[in-house]
Amino acid sequence: MSTIHPDQITAERLAGLTRGVQGGMAPAPGTGDGTLIDTPGVRPPLVLNSRSFKEVTDIICGYAENSPPRWWLPLFGLVSTVAGLGGALIGYLVITGIGAWGMNNQVDWAWDITNFVFWIGIGHAGTLISAILCLLKQKWRTAVNRSAEAMTIFAVICAATFPGIHIGRQWMAWMLFPIPNANAIWPNFRSPLLWDVFAVSTYGTVSALFWFMGMIPDFASLRDRADRRLRANPEGGARLLPFLPVRIDRLRALVYGFLAMGWRNSGRHWHRYEAAYLILAGISTPLVLSVHSIVSFDFATSILPGWHTTIFPPYFVAGAIFGGFAMVLFLLIPARELYPNMKDFITLRHVENMAKIILVTGMMVGFAYSMEFFIAWYGANEYELYCFQNRAFGPYWWAYWTMIGCNVLSPQLFWFKAMRQKPLVVFIVSCAVTVGMWFERFVIIVSSLHRTFLPGEWNMFHPTFVDVGIFVGSCGVFVTLFLLFMRFLPMFAMAELKAVLPQASPHWHGYGHGDHSDHGHGANGHNGHDSHAPARHSSRGAH
Amino acid sequence: MATPMYVTESGEAIHGIMAEFANPADLYHAAEKVRDAGYSKWDTYSPFPVHDMEEAMGFGRTILPLLVAIGGFTGASLGFLMQWWMSGIDYQLLVQGKPFGSFSDGGWQAFIPITFECGILFAAFTSLIGMLALNGLPRWHHPLMKKERFLSSSDDKFFVCIEASDRNFHPERTRALLEGARATSIELVEE
Repeated sequence: MSTIHPDQITAERLAGLTRGVQGGMAPAPGTGDGTLIDTPGVRPPLVLNSRSFKEVTDIICGYAENSPPRWWLPLFGLVSTVAGLGGALIGYLVITGIGAWGMNNQVDWAWDITNFVFWIGIGHAGTLISAILCLLKQKWRTAVNRSAEAMTIFAVICAATFPGIHIGRQWMAWMLFPIPNANAIWPNFRSPLLWDVFAVSTYGTVSALFWFMGMIPDFASLRDRADRRLRANPEGGARLLPFLPVRIDRLRALVYGFLAMGWRNSGRHWHRYEAAYLILAGISTPLVLSVHSIVSFDFATSILPGWHTTIFPPYFVAGAIFGGFAMVLFLLIPARELYPNMKDFITLRHVENMAKIILVTGMMVGFAYSMEFFIAWYGANEYELYCFQNRAFGPYWWAYWTMIGCNVLSPQLFWFKAMRQKPLVVFIVSCAVTVGMWFERFVIIVSSLHRTFLPGEWNMFHPTFVDVGIFVGSCGVFVTLFLLFMRFLPMFAMAELKAVLPQASPHWHGYGHGDHSDHGHGANGHNGHDSHAPARHSSRGAH
Repeated sequence: MATPMYVTESGEAIHGIMAEFANPADLYHAAEKVRDAGYSKWDTYSPFPVHDMEEAMGFGRTILPLLVAIGGFTGASLGFLMQWWMSGIDYQLLVQGKPFGSFSDGGWQAFIPITFECGILFAAFTSLIGMLALNGLPRWHHPLMKKERFLSSSDDKFFVCIEASDRNFHPERTRALLEGARATSIELVEE
C-alpha cells in the first residue's frame, strides 16, 4: 500500500492539463504590457502571462541551469579582465605607495574616497528594496529584491576596497579593528572614521545574511530539481567538462543542497522564516539609514567649509537611494531585454515605479544642493560662501554642472508618464544619474579640499592612470560578480514571487469553495473574461 | 505504550503518511481538517509560505522576536562596554581633547553609533541562526526527501505529512482523513 491514488481521475486530469488559448489576455490598449493600469481598484498583475507555479520555477531555475546566453561569456571575459587589471594596479599601488595616485598634501582625499562613497551609496538601494519596501508591503519588490540585494553586496565589496587601500600602509589595515596590538592601544572610538568601519562592515554582513536567508528556499528548489534529474537518469547527464567524470547535477545537488541547509518547505519552518524575514527587514531599515549617515559624518564632523553642515546625513541617504535605484535600473533594464521571459517578472510597472523613486529622491538631492547654497549665504560665513561659489564657478565648475545636469535636471523627465514608461529613456536617465552621483561625491570631496582656509593650502587634483584604472577595475569587479550571480544563483526570489501570484492565496476565487466551484462571479468577478472559476483553473496547467 | 509503532511489509519503520495536494486552497482546507482531528506531529509543505497557514495549522507565535531582542540588546551592550573599557579604562587615548567616555564627562555620546551597529549586527545573526535553530536546521537528510514525489514541494506541489509517532496516528483512519481532504496521492514514508 505504498501508493494510493484516492482520485485517480483527478490526478490524471491535473497532470494532463494544457494551457488554454489565452483569449482576452492581450493587454488592454494604453496599459503597455498590461501592468500600467491606472484605474483605482484594479491591481495590475505582478507577473505577466498568468504564469503557473511550475513555470515560475522552470524559468527562474532555467537562468541558473541552462547554458548562459551567447553574450554572457564574452562579456564575462571582458569585465573580469578589467577587474584583473584593476587588481594589478592595486598591487602596483601597494608596492609604490599612494603617491601613485594624483593626490597631494592639499587634496588628500580624492578619487579613492569618491569611489568609496559612490559604491557604498549604490549599495543602499538593495536594502531599501528588501527592507523598507517590505515593511511598506510593496509587493512589486519581489521581482527586483534578489538582484538588488546582490548588487548591494557587490557594491559594498567594491566600496570596502577603497578605504582599505587608501590608508597608505595597507598591510596595517587590521589596525582599523579593535584587535589587541603590540602597542597596547585601541582604535579611536570617538572618530567617525572608525564608526564608518563598524557601519560598513555591519552593513555588508547584515546584507549578506539577508540575501542568503532569502535564497535558502530557492537553493532548495535548485537542489530538488538536480536531485530529480539524477533520480530520473542515474548514470547519464551532462558532465562538468568533457574529460571530467563529474556530473553537473551531482555537483549542483551537492552545492545547492549544502547552501539550502536541508530546507524542506515545511509550514512550521515558513512561519519562523517569515518572522525572521520581517525582523531582518525591520532592523535593516534603521541600519540602511545609519550607514550613509555615518559615511556623511566622515565629512560633517570636520570643520572644512562645504563639509561641516547638518544637512549631510539626510542628503547622503537620499543620494544613496537615488544612485542605488539608478544602478538597479542600469542592470535590470538590459537584463530583462536579454534574458528570455524576464519581462514577465520585471514589468513596465516595475520600471515605472523605480523611475518614480528616482524622481522623488532626485528632487530631495536637488533640494539639498540648493539648501547648501542658501545656508552658505544665510549663514554669513564667508569661507562657506566662498566654498560654494567656488564649487559652481571655480576650477571644478564642469564637475559641479555635470552633477546638476545629471542628478537634478535629467530625472525631471520622469514627471511625464510617457517617459517613465519607456525603458530606453529610463535606462539613459539611470546612466546619467550614476555618472552624476559619482560627480556629486567628487565635487563634495575635491572642491572642498582644494580651497581650504589658507591660500597656501590651495592646490589642484589631477588623476593619474592608477586613479582611473583602479576605479574602472572596481566597475569590472562589480559587473563580474553580477554576471556570476546571474549565471549561478537564483536571480529572482522564486518563493516570494510564487506567493504574490493570485493563485497563491488559498482564498483565491479560482479555487471556489469545496466542490461548488462557481463562486467566481460576484464580488471577485472584476476580471471579466475569467470569472468562471473552473475554466480559469484549467487554463493554468503545465505548458 | 503511548506511540504504536508501525512497520512496512519489509520491516522498515514508518515515518508517516504523506499526502499530495494540487493547490494551496486544498492544502489549507486539509490542514484545517488535520488540525481539527487533533494531530500534533504533522506538517504542511508548500513551495512558498501560504497565507494564514499558521491559523489553519493552529500553532502560536514563535519566540524568535524575543530571541532577537535579547541578541540585539546583548550586542549593543557589548559594543558599548567594549568602547567604554577600551577608550575610558584600558588606554585613555587623548585625541583633540575629546572626553574619554565616562558618563559624567559626556564622552559616552561618541559611542552611540558603534553601539547601534553592534546591536544590529547581533540581532541579525540571532534572527538567521535562531530561525534555523528553531527549525532544526541545518539538517541535510530527512525521510521525506527520499520520496521523489516530495521533491516537487519546492516547485508547484503541496503536501501534508502526518507522522507515525503522533498519538492519534492510525494507518486506516489517518489515510481516510487525508483522502477525504482531496489529496491527489497518498504515500507511506519510511524512516
